[in-house]
Amino acid sequence: MKPFPFDYIAPTSIAEAVALLTSEPDARILAGGQSLVPMMNLHLAQPAVLVDLNGVTSLNYVAERAGGLAVGALTRQRSLERAPQVRQRWPVLTEALAYVGHPAIRVRGTIGGSLAHADPAAELPMLALLLDATLTVQSAQGERTIAARDFFIGALTTALNPGEILTEIWFPALPAQTGWGFQEVARRFGDFALAAAATTLRLDDQNRCSEARIALAGVGATPVRAPRSEALLHGAAISTGLLQEVARTIATEIEPESDLHASAAYRRQAAGVLTVRALHQAWQRAEQAIG
Amino acid sequence: MKQLHLQVVVNGIPRQAEVPVWQTLASFLREDLRLTGTHLGCEHGVCGACTVLLDGEPVRSCLLFAVQANGHEVLTVEGLAQNSKLHPIQRAFQEHHGLQCGFCTSGFLLATLALLREHPSPTVEEIRRELAGNLCRCTGYQHIVASVLAASELMREGA
Repeated sequence: MKPFPFDYIAPTSIAEAVALLTSEPDARILAGGQSLVPMMNLHLAQPAVLVDLNGVTSLNYVAERAGGLAVGALTRQRSLERAPQVRQRWPVLTEALAYVGHPAIRVRGTIGGSLAHADPAAELPMLALLLDATLTVQSAQGERTIAARDFFIGALTTALNPGEILTEIWFPALPAQTGWGFQEVARRFGDFALAAAATTLRLDDQNRCSEARIALAGVGATPVRAPRSEALLHGAAISTGLLQEVARTIATEIEPESDLHASAAYRRQAAGVLTVRALHQAWQRAEQAIG
Repeated sequence: MKQLHLQVVVNGIPRQAEVPVWQTLASFLREDLRLTGTHLGCEHGVCGACTVLLDGEPVRSCLLFAVQANGHEVLTVEGLAQNSKLHPIQRAFQEHHGLQCGFCTSGFLLATLALLREHPSPTVEEIRRELAGNLCRCTGYQHIVASVLAASELMREGA
């Protein structure tokens, strides 16, 4: 269907944008539009005012800073996918981005929009959690930062207050020789994940796991880490048996729901299987990195 | 604002119109410019039938507002053939039966153009993955894949 009429404003600075959000209570931000405009076309969203952020070009950047990666919120998913420094230093992010929708979606879709939209099955929120990203948010009152682990509160619900705009995502560096893995299952390639798992893993010089991280999507209202499963891995010698134990523990750390696309039981099972596969990938890469 | 004097280059030709801000790019192309080769299959970004190239990149025209194309360039399916000579991708789809009803085809042609510019020699797997955002209800995709492979050959030969 077609969207209902609205008023349209195109600020050219962040200051102008946040001022507009404060002065216009029924305003929505237009960034990539790949989540908002479908909702408007389906009449699920009917904002009175659309604040088009695409003219705020200062929010479009990918830069290495303070040892990590600073990404402007308006950076297109396609740009991030192709950025050489991301492929080199955060390859799990490059891999995950290939699963975000389809190329035409990624041409317009932005990382900020994906995180602010916070779909429970989306890849970028899961990656922000995996990589312990720091999100910078601006309002008419100034700037604040939010850790990724505090940002995703519920389905399509974030810690953003009214009048706040996400402006930057900062990813800390991954230590050298970090292996990584990414696995997703969906009915068709490019669909929202029924379940997805992303992992990082490092081995010490005794070939034991010195650090492991597991993040999951599609298995709850928000992406989640799996701290009990991660704890099983820390300091342990990785083996197929240990990974099977992790798969069983994963099932106890998540509360998936049944919906039209998959049952809770399926998501619980898939989460375990995908985590093990992604840990295998990370383990292999960590071993290769040591050489 | 509720209305904009839109200036956009479509298929190489500068076009101008007064448009309401809520009009989608797809609607502008089809209704204002009468370029009805761009089709609306779902209007929520899933099917790819509305795919056009915006500044050379594939986009869902049902998810863009016409005002967002102000000052930009759009290529629709009508811009592929030159002087009644089919574009190599169109020839390949014709020769390899890459369409039946044709509703998804314009989207596929533009998505294929974008794909082949990026991957001039795609594998079958790459084709299926990169074109997964274009849905077809008629063909079962096999002839589409064959058409894209043939198109890639034609374009590498400089046809």
